[in-house]
Amino acid sequence: MKAHNPSSPSSAVAAVAAAVEQPTPPTGYEAMAPVPWRIEAVTAEVADGEVFTWSLSPLESQGEPLPQPGQFNMLYLFGIGEAAISVSGIPGRDGTGCATLSSPPPLAGGVVHTIRAVGSVTRAMQALSAGTVIGLRGPFGSCWPVAAAEGRDLILVAGGIGLAPLRPVLHEIAARRRSFGRVLLCYGARSPRDLIFRSELERWEEECEIELRIAVDRGTAAWSGHVGVVTELLDRGGFSGRNALAMICGPEIMMDYSVQALRRRGVPKEAIFVSMERSMRCAVGFCGHCQIGADFVCRDGPVFPYPRMEPAFRIQEL
Amino acid sequence: MSTEKAPRPQPERILEATQLQTLIELLQQRGYEVLGPTRDESAIVYGPLADVTALPVDCGDEQAPGVYRLRTRGDGAYFGYAVGPHSWKAYLFPPNEVLFRVHRDAAEGLRTEILGAPATPRALLGVRPCELAALAIQDTVFTQQAVADRGYAERRRALFTIAVDCAAPAATCFCAEMASGPAARDGFDLVLTELCDPPQHRFAIAAGSAAGAELLQALPTRAASAAEQSAVSQQWQRATAQMPQRLPAEEERRALLAHSHSHPHWEAVAERCLACVNCTLVCPTCFCSDMVDRTDLEGEVAERVRTWGSCFEAEHSYMVGGPHRHSVAARYRQWLTHKLETWHEQFGSSGCVGCGRCITWCPSGIDLTAEVAALAEHHGGSTAPRTPGGIHEGA
Ligand SMILES: Cc1cc2nc3c(=O)[nH]c(=O)nc-3n(C[C@H](O)[C@H](O)[C@H](O)COP(=O)(O)OP(=O)(O)OC[C@H]3O[C@@H](n4cnc5c(N)ncnc54)[C@H](O)[C@@H]3O)c2cc1C
Ligand code: SF4
Ligand code: SF4
Ligand code: FES
Repeated sequence: MKAHNPSSPSSAVAAVAAAVEQPTPPTGYEAMAPVPWRIEAVTAEVADGEVFTWSLSPLESQGEPLPQPGQFNMLYLFGIGEAAISVSGIPGRDGTGCATLSSPPPLAGGVVHTIRAVGSVTRAMQALSAGTVIGLRGPFGSCWPVAAAEGRDLILVAGGIGLAPLRPVLHEIAARRRSFGRVLLCYGARSPRDLIFRSELERWEEECEIELRIAVDRGTAAWSGHVGVVTELLDRGGFSGRNALAMICGPEIMMDYSVQALRRRGVPKEAIFVSMERSMRCAVGFCGHCQIGADFVCRDGPVFPYPRMEPAFRIQEL
Repeated sequence: MSTEKAPRPQPERILEATQLQTLIELLQQRGYEVLGPTRDESAIVYGPLADVTALPVDCGDEQAPGVYRLRTRGDGAYFGYAVGPHSWKAYLFPPNEVLFRVHRDAAEGLRTEILGAPATPRALLGVRPCELAALAIQDTVFTQQAVADRGYAERRRALFTIAVDCAAPAATCFCAEMASGPAARDGFDLVLTELCDPPQHRFAIAAGSAAGAELLQALPTRAASAAEQSAVSQQWQRATAQMPQRLPAEEERRALLAHSHSHPHWEAVAERCLACVNCTLVCPTCFCSDMVDRTDLEGEVAERVRTWGSCFEAEHSYMVGGPHRHSVAARYRQWLTHKLETWHEQFGSSGCVGCGRCITWCPSGIDLTAEVAALAEHHGGSTAPRTPGGIHEGA
């Protein structure tokens, strides 16, 4: 993406709206059948291990395409089932500018996923330890428009596990911090105990000039930060509305309110990107489960320019 | 209707009805399993044809919303009925298909075995024009996206199609409006027009591919007379005229549906809709599927089975916490808007070919064309956008 002309926001915005890239997915049956990958390391992100991070590497490297920030893989547990999980780290792509980053440690050709145990497949995943072999197929879907954000203020808004799909973007920012304007990370969690990537959050703030604003639904005695919803963090401003680009990932209601808060601050609709979640079976546009209007979330998303998804926020059960 | 462009050039050859068996034999000699319409107790279904006697000779049908009945025609026609509950999609996109098998492996942990035997060459005799259109639509879905479904593609390559123009559309048919029939346009290897005028009974025949031309050469045909050719055009026109216009024109119905999301009529349909999924199962274009993972008793081998799915099921939109489309109104809206509206943007055509199956096989007799009309009516007859920013913002 070329440098844009800040004095003509409309053309810059048009360029941004076109920026959701669609890398070519794996083809043929490879796209439908999982191949073996090994869990190299497991990191508990919260005290009870309900959220955990896996570093994975392929048993037999077949020149897997390097995933892009925003893309997802289908993770398969033998005889149990599959779940769509976004990449939360891309060793080999993660930056060098802030060398202390990347935890867990990078594995060239590997991939990192952060999972919240909520149902049958993800709970079974929680029980697995390093060394276990699982199935994986991917990467699938569209990616965050990181290149389009260069030269702009970048606002990342995450709710809960929604921080995981944005983590590779944070790594890229850290690697090329000077390419971006002000960078703001607004992160909402249920309680201070539910914050994930804790040590990294501190480092991003201290070493990478990323302004961190955290809101929790319920505080604790020790919590001195904000108690409330993540949109209140956006209302504090601190970024240029017209020259900002925003990426949002979290529950739909939270994304909806975040968009409204950003709009109040003058961020153009076209410069706002959201990552959508729907039921998924195939990940390649065959099974029909993930449709939102004319879009397949697996094929055309999960990252969409907000205007494309506006009807999904306005029309119930679309 | 006579002003309309002919669907295809006039056929030049005639095959006597007594030679239909020869056609079946020539296909069998070329290694094809021949499939076609055959009569079970109460309906015309598709299955293997050992010979010409398996065809539903002298059989007609009566169809209406929620109604299907067979009748005797009295003229001995082989193809004197419209489509029944089966569609050819079952042979290309099977209702149950094992996609892969995963073995527990001591050394590697898991080993994936991708399945897919070479496809059986199949000849489909009696493919209706709307069904050719449906095949073309499923080709787009399964073979013309970034990822191609190899099993579908192989089965499709091994297919030989013998289309038969429709002379007796049912009351539920609206293929003329959907530009898919009643005469076949393209996409066939051979095409027949049945001219049944007892005691004369013959087929006008033409080829649509090299394989079809080769077979036509081998068949005992003769040149068509001018009278026979004009009988063919008359049949095309008569069949078209039998289907009254029921839908707004394409642009109009797309605009109507694109701005219909908050229409109260969806609730009215939901009161009648049982969400039984019959409509999506009989529909020749619906492609939704589910995946079921199952393990053998020893727990050593797991396989993934793909089965037909439906947007009418609550599970279809299930996410952690419950189904996204929890109301039947939202599911019917998904179905109808997908068929007639969003499909255009996804795959460059309508998702409905006007075969009428969903109307006939709906236990409540819900007729999509009547529902579109009701949506248009309560719109005050105007299809102008009511709210800015429908589902089609952005490209
Ligand atoms: C693009 C994308 C990216 C994602 N990224 C992440 C991520 O990075 N981290 C993360 O933690 N989560 C992520 N998710 C969410 C994650 O996919 C779900 O939390 C996960 O699929 C839940 O699976 P489960 O088996 O644990 O839950 P369950 O509730 O048991 O559901 C499992 C699946 O089975 C089906 N199912 C379950 N019960 C029923 C039922 N009664 N009827 C019908 N179907 C049923 C559903 O399809 C469901 O998806 C992402 C989702 C998407 C779409
Ligand atoms: S929607 Fe109904 S009429 Fe249209 S193709 Fe499907 S079954 Fe036939
Ligand atoms: S109408 Fe429903 S079942 Fe048919 S293809 Fe569309 S979403 Fe799938
Ligand atoms: S997950 Fe199957 S079509 Fe998107």
